[in-house]
Amino acid sequence: MFGQLIVEGLSIGACYALFGIAVVIIYKTSEVVNFAQGEMAMLSTFIAYHILTYYQYPFWVAFVMTMVFSILLGMFIEFAFLRPAKQPTLLGMIVITLGAEMLLMGVAGWKWGAEQKEFTLPFSFQVTHEPVPGVVISDWAMAVFATVICVMVFLYVFFKYTKLGVAMRATQQNRQAAKIMGIRVERVFSLAWGFSSLIGALAAMFFAARSTLDPAFMMEPFLRAFAAAVLGGLMSIPGVVIGGEILGLIENLFGYFWPEWKPIVAFLVIIVVLCIRPSGLFAKHYVKKV
Amino acid sequence: MDVKRDYYEDIQLLESKVVLLWSAAFLLFLFTLPFYLPKYYFYLLNLMMIHIILAVGLNILVGYTGQISLGHAGFFAIGAYGAALLVIKLQMPFMFALPLAGFIAAFFGFILGLPALRLEGPYLSIATLGFGLTVLQVIGHLDFFGGRTGIQVPPLDIGVPQLGLSFILETDMGKYYLILIVTILLVIAARNLMKTRVGRAFVAIRDSDIAAEVIGVNLTIYKTLSFAISAFYAGIAGGLFGFILGFFNPEPFNLILSIIFLVMIVVGGLGSILGAILGATVITYLQFSLLKNVKEMPYIGDFLVAISSRWLTVVGLENFNSIILGLIMIGIIIFEPLGMYGIWLRIKKYWRTWPF
Repeated sequence: MFGQLIVEGLSIGACYALFGIAVVIIYKTSEVVNFAQGEMAMLSTFIAYHILTYYQYPFWVAFVMTMVFSILLGMFIEFAFLRPAKQPTLLGMIVITLGAEMLLMGVAGWKWGAEQKEFTLPFSFQVTHEPVPGVVISDWAMAVFATVICVMVFLYVFFKYTKLGVAMRATQQNRQAAKIMGIRVERVFSLAWGFSSLIGALAAMFFAARSTLDPAFMMEPFLRAFAAAVLGGLMSIPGVVIGGEILGLIENLFGYFWPEWKPIVAFLVIIVVLCIRPSGLFAKHYVKKV
Repeated sequence: MDVKRDYYEDIQLLESKVVLLWSAAFLLFLFTLPFYLPKYYFYLLNLMMIHIILAVGLNILVGYTGQISLGHAGFFAIGAYGAALLVIKLQMPFMFALPLAGFIAAFFGFILGLPALRLEGPYLSIATLGFGLTVLQVIGHLDFFGGRTGIQVPPLDIGVPQLGLSFILETDMGKYYLILIVTILLVIAARNLMKTRVGRAFVAIRDSDIAAEVIGVNLTIYKTLSFAISAFYAGIAGGLFGFILGFFNPEPFNLILSIIFLVMIVVGGLGSILGAILGATVITYLQFSLLKNVKEMPYIGDFLVAISSRWLTVVGLENFNSIILGLIMIGIIIFEPLGMYGIWLRIKKYWRTWPF
């Protein structure tokens, strides 16, 4: 029983972590909190749904097309909405991403309506395995774990060993210096948004398979993932994964005993953690320039 | 733009006799509005003024003190439920219940201000957001607050019914005068507050909290005070909102509402009372009147329906207003970061220096 709760908590936590990684990538490079993340992922998932149901393509074709679309969407939003803003404040950035959120939600609602739709992945909830007696793990959960591990390994290699990854880290540390060193900072931002949108779309497909697909379905998961990212410190990718797992575990265990308070326990935990460690569990302490 | 020559010029309410004349004329216009406006506009006007109260309060927090809040719908809900429950359960006269609801909201604002002392930027936004969601959940799950079904508010009585002095405001027009007076008082209070020591401390914190602390502004007191004042305004606005709706449930006080409140002050102009008023008026008009029924919109309504049935869905056309709001939010930051107040300043400057 207890083991089952832990496995479920870990699997949903991994989902939050995956989506939290998307938030962190953007925050790491450009210090923008992207409130439109959930809706970008939602739109990508709707594209996948559209390709699957209207054109009847096989899943993996639709998957690849969706990934391409999500990269383009992320780059487009960065290019069209964030780049033209002249020296915006932090609040200005937040308002722009909130505006993009409303915009994308409106577009998806206009195109597909508000009714809930089925979205199925090849990894279903019904197919289950029982490695240890009493603990059931579904195909879906295994796919989530595998994806998170792949994404983490990929990002580790990417940020550590590729030229582009190093350029991204340099941009994050000091934008001006990176520019002087010959890095095209704008292009780096664009790519970061594309990457993040792709990872977000991956996570959103898992979320959609778990519940249903409608224009508002990513709102709750986004808030959870954002909370996980804040818990992990908004800067480190291992941090956000651990934050997501902690969040998923707390939520699942707490939700089992007091189901009606499940939606808010995550936020209470976050507020308490932030009171003790204002910049998250795994971030280096925030030093402010006067 | 205006050069202030001494301190008294800085703290006076109205800048000159001309401003006084125009303000008086505008107030006269507002008070005589029921004589020349059809009745069905008054619900919208009431809503606008409630949003003005809230936006002015939110602007004190966001625009003047520089703290972000994504949880103001929570304070709004606390005000609405506070005022309604005080009247229903404790049989309190409305005139006392309304300020008390404001103070309850202010208390919660003070509580929320405590973690805010250590947080900033994205961390503060997630904390306030969590607060808003928590309020919504608590209200939705406890039967004391009417749960998901909501509560029915008694008729708005501004007398003291226990003493036999009953004065029930039944129409939207009657409520209009009540809300108008409350709005005017609160707006003037906010304007004056910003010229006092407290207001200048807020602005100092916004510009640089470390520098403010160095020159002797007590951050603990002033940050929590800013949250409390802002929440007080939201509470008063919420209390009035509950009574103009008559019946409400936790549904409208969601995250989108908090975002819309933020949009109001950003569109109007951060750090200006006039901006908050303009922003609240325009966004309320767009949200609750012009874009409420997209299909019947003048000129482009039919066109949009045609597009929808050709490529998109007609059912989803009601999402059009969220597209417009999103575009406004993005556009205002890109093209006019000072908001409508910035446009107003530019117009004023143009005419003042006209031939040049």
